[in-house]
Amino acid sequence: MVRLITHNLLACHAKGCTSNNFPLQFQNVQIELKEAEFNPTFLETFMPKLEWKALVDSAKEASATISRYILGNTSLPLEQPEMLDEEFLKNLHHVLLEIHVEEGIMICPNCKHNYPISNGIPNMLLAEHEIG
Amino acid sequence: MNATIFLEIGSGSGCVSAFAGKILDTSTLYLTTDINYRACNCTRRTGSQNNVTLDAIQTSFTQALHSRLKNSVDIICFNPPYVPTVSTEVSEAQDLRGIEGSWAGGSDGMQVTNIFLSVVHELLSFNGRFYLVALKENNIPEIQSRMKTLYQLESKIVLSRRAGREHLSIVRFKRALPGLS
Repeated sequence: MVRLITHNLLACHAKGCTSNNFPLQFQNVQIELKEAEFNPTFLETFMPKLEWKALVDSAKEASATISRYILGNTSLPLEQPEMLDEEFLKNLHHVLLEIHVEEGIMICPNCKHNYPISNGIPNMLLAEHEIG
Repeated sequence: MNATIFLEIGSGSGCVSAFAGKILDTSTLYLTTDINYRACNCTRRTGSQNNVTLDAIQTSFTQALHSRLKNSVDIICFNPPYVPTVSTEVSEAQDLRGIEGSWAGGSDGMQVTNIFLSVVHELLSFNGRFYLVALKENNIPEIQSRMKTLYQLESKIVLSRRAGREHLSIVRFKRALPGLS
């Protein structure tokens, strides 16, 4: 599955595509929700590694494809908060770890390269002539 | 051991990562890569059957992840295609992305491994550890001295055993502390 935590680590790596190549934009996605064990320590350790704006935007893109009633709360503050309360951490947990993109495409915002997701596996391979 | 990010290159069946998930604590993100789609799928299923969530990504080495994972990975595992073969067999096997790519390693069995050895230092976190499977014929002392000289990664053979006709070792690399040794 492509969870948003993993999506936050994927950038386009096609030849010559070195700026504005992140985050990849979701299109035609199918989402599954899977409950994961809530682990505030992990979230707090991981937060400094996140590209926050990319996460907020991608959560919005994902939530545009499925009714909020099913998806749950995906709203995150525009800036990482300094005080981490339980409600914030629960939302972050849900967004990062429980939303699984099973099918769809990820598109590079710069060169428009398409990376397909099939059965939860993102295909990030490039053809020989596309490798930088 | 506390690890926030675990990464396995060429995860194949997924049993190494699933095993890691059973012995490490739960505060870890498990990322795996493989060039073969069926391997990625198998990795994912091996994880879920062992209650370990493995995020499998179909890519070559760490392409697509590399820029975001710099200095971030706490544990890296690589059981590479280490079997000495003729050189052309390697490129064919890697291009076809089939099962041959899991063993064919070129003239000294190091053709694929060497590509990753030249970038692994960029990925390791400050206290990160990189575990590599190597065959006696891969010339482990040469690998160790090269990694120290070129990338300041010091290493130790943590396990050696004979498996059939293969003499296998696990080599563990970490950043050398400046000023020491």
